[in-house]
Amino acid sequence: MKLIKKVLTAAVATAMTAGAAQAAITDNEVRIGYLADMSGTYRDLAGPNGLEALRMAVEDFGGTVKGKKIVVMNADDRNSPDVASSTVRQWLDSDKVDMVAGLVASSVTIAATKVLNGSDAIGLVNGSAASSITNEHCSPNHIHWAYDTYPLANSTASAIVAEGGKNWFIVTADYAFGHSLESDVRTVVEREGGKIVGTVRHPLATSDFSSYILQAQASGAQVVGFANAGGDTVNSVITAGEFGLAQSGQTVAALLFFLTDVHALGVKTAQGIQLVTGWYWDKDKEARAWSDDFYKRTNARPSMVHAGIYSSTMHYLKAVETTGSDNAKIVRAEMAKNKVNDMFTKGGYIREDGRMVHDMYLAQVKTPAESKNPWDLYKIIRTIPADSAFRPLSESNCSLVKK
Amino acid sequence: MTMIFGVPAAAFFGQLLLGLINGAFYALLSLGLAIIFGLLKIINFAHGAQYMLGAFAAYLLLNLLGINYWAALFLAPIIVGTIGALIERYLLRRITHIDHIYGLLLTFGLALIIQGLFTNLFGVSGNRYPVPSELSGGVNLGFMFLPYYRGWIVAIALVVCIAVWFLIEKTKLGGYLRAGTENPAIMQAFGINVPLLVTLTYGFGVALAAFAGVLAAPIYSVAPGMGANLLIVVFAVVVIGGMGSIMGAIITGLAMGIVEGLTKVYYPEASNTVIFLVMIFVLLLRPAGLFGKEA
Repeated sequence: MKLIKKVLTAAVATAMTAGAAQAAITDNEVRIGYLADMSGTYRDLAGPNGLEALRMAVEDFGGTVKGKKIVVMNADDRNSPDVASSTVRQWLDSDKVDMVAGLVASSVTIAATKVLNGSDAIGLVNGSAASSITNEHCSPNHIHWAYDTYPLANSTASAIVAEGGKNWFIVTADYAFGHSLESDVRTVVEREGGKIVGTVRHPLATSDFSSYILQAQASGAQVVGFANAGGDTVNSVITAGEFGLAQSGQTVAALLFFLTDVHALGVKTAQGIQLVTGWYWDKDKEARAWSDDFYKRTNARPSMVHAGIYSSTMHYLKAVETTGSDNAKIVRAEMAKNKVNDMFTKGGYIREDGRMVHDMYLAQVKTPAESKNPWDLYKIIRTIPADSAFRPLSESNCSLVKK
Repeated sequence: MTMIFGVPAAAFFGQLLLGLINGAFYALLSLGLAIIFGLLKIINFAHGAQYMLGAFAAYLLLNLLGINYWAALFLAPIIVGTIGALIERYLLRRITHIDHIYGLLLTFGLALIIQGLFTNLFGVSGNRYPVPSELSGGVNLGFMFLPYYRGWIVAIALVVCIAVWFLIEKTKLGGYLRAGTENPAIMQAFGINVPLLVTLTYGFGVALAAFAGVLAAPIYSVAPGMGANLLIVVFAVVVIGGMGSIMGAIITGLAMGIVEGLTKVYYPEASNTVIFLVMIFVLLLRPAGLFGKEA
């Protein structure tokens, strides 16, 4: 009996040692893989400049952690979930990557995080919009940093309804992201006492929006909301301007609008549009200073995604340094222990579902008279406090959230 | 309110007009493709990239040299058409004696390279080109608000389409062209420089694409991917009209614009598939296309 007890104890002890994460930097290097759309529709909002932001973080950190070199590799996901999962699989199996950064199209991120789940590596999601990444698709192996669809729908829509825009017409991109944004907006508008008078769904990457704009115009709605992204939003806004939506008294709401989109449109076309952003390069001194460095290297001002990549990488590297480990479980716990205080946000914190909770901003595109240079694009109307910005844990479907 | 198939008459006519405007674009682009295929038997997959080059040429002329829209309407097609002529002279000519599929591969490869270069230089978000001040604003037609610029597109595109049709089908030069591709040896014997004629024809087809690009610049974002989205639809238009038929390309272009426009009202989700459905039916019933001659 005594023998059996001894054997059992030994077995349990062995199992625990094997099971416990190893507190060490494996392979004598901290390896970071940057996975993003480098050539397609979402290239500008993350892409090559996001890789530059990541390199800035590594350089600012000194290039090493505890004497171990930080190595950065990158791949183009071509917006394909298949490419994403095979790339991440290869990074884990043969390149022993410790952290995956970038992660743009939501479908790509969901595929990549499925592969990461249960591994020793962690994913820091910055480009994606879908709030499901930390809801039904949450895992202990990833953190969602810059923004998600919850505040986009919630803040933009409720701000506009509060200003009297009760009747909405929504132009929606006909795929998962558009549908979820549309339904989020519907919920908010109806909750605030408004009404959706019509919707129209257009195929992804439509070249001509005049038909949809005409339908929106004919609907007589006070607000025309665009639940689409990237080039589709840009072309929607151009056509809305051309057909004089604003002159006929309709408000245009772009629900997902990146700095790079606004820059492409110019303030003359985009002026007055309200949007929600996780960060703006000109929001304070610290953000400006960092974005000056970024500008010197890329000749462009950073989007919230670029800033998020820098911020999350720095926070990650600090945790690796403190714990002396590049194991996902250990680093994740350490990252959650410390607040995020940097050029991106003050007092940001990581929740158990993997959401980095921070202040969001309701902004408005400046008029040509207000804008002093091609990147002087937003004025911040108000700050959406961190605690009310994101989906409350009480509404969460994430399996990591204890109820 | 009068209703047409459950849609208010005003909205119906509005969509009909918009369809016609988009159809004018399709007509202009498929016309260039039809000329290049009909006369040279080259399946020009670089047509979308050349359309994009036209828009970028207008954008760069304005921003680097301060040349306005009206001048760009002439200059951009000349510049891009010249690039096209060089492509024919130095690349396409080398493969005329082998299967047409190589022409398709070559032009497809060129399109990818050109788009890649522009993506690296300008990013994907695109650039704004202002509507010329003479054509800004619009008019309320009662059933819809029509921006002047859209009206201009239909008018100029139709004029150009008909002029090109006249040039090729009704003039002596057009006759040489058609004869030269039918039987180059005899034409050579008559003392006509057929290779030069072929180079100029390709350059002309490319110039038409660039012209459409300049027309598109003020209403769409001038972006490297703008042609790629359109190209496949335009190919379907050419197939429906009958490969190589010039009048077929023009009429089908306008008709498909209207079909697509109405789909955007009755079942918007199918708006980018409807043209391919039409294509399938046409290929089943008339394999040579609506206006094509059976081989």
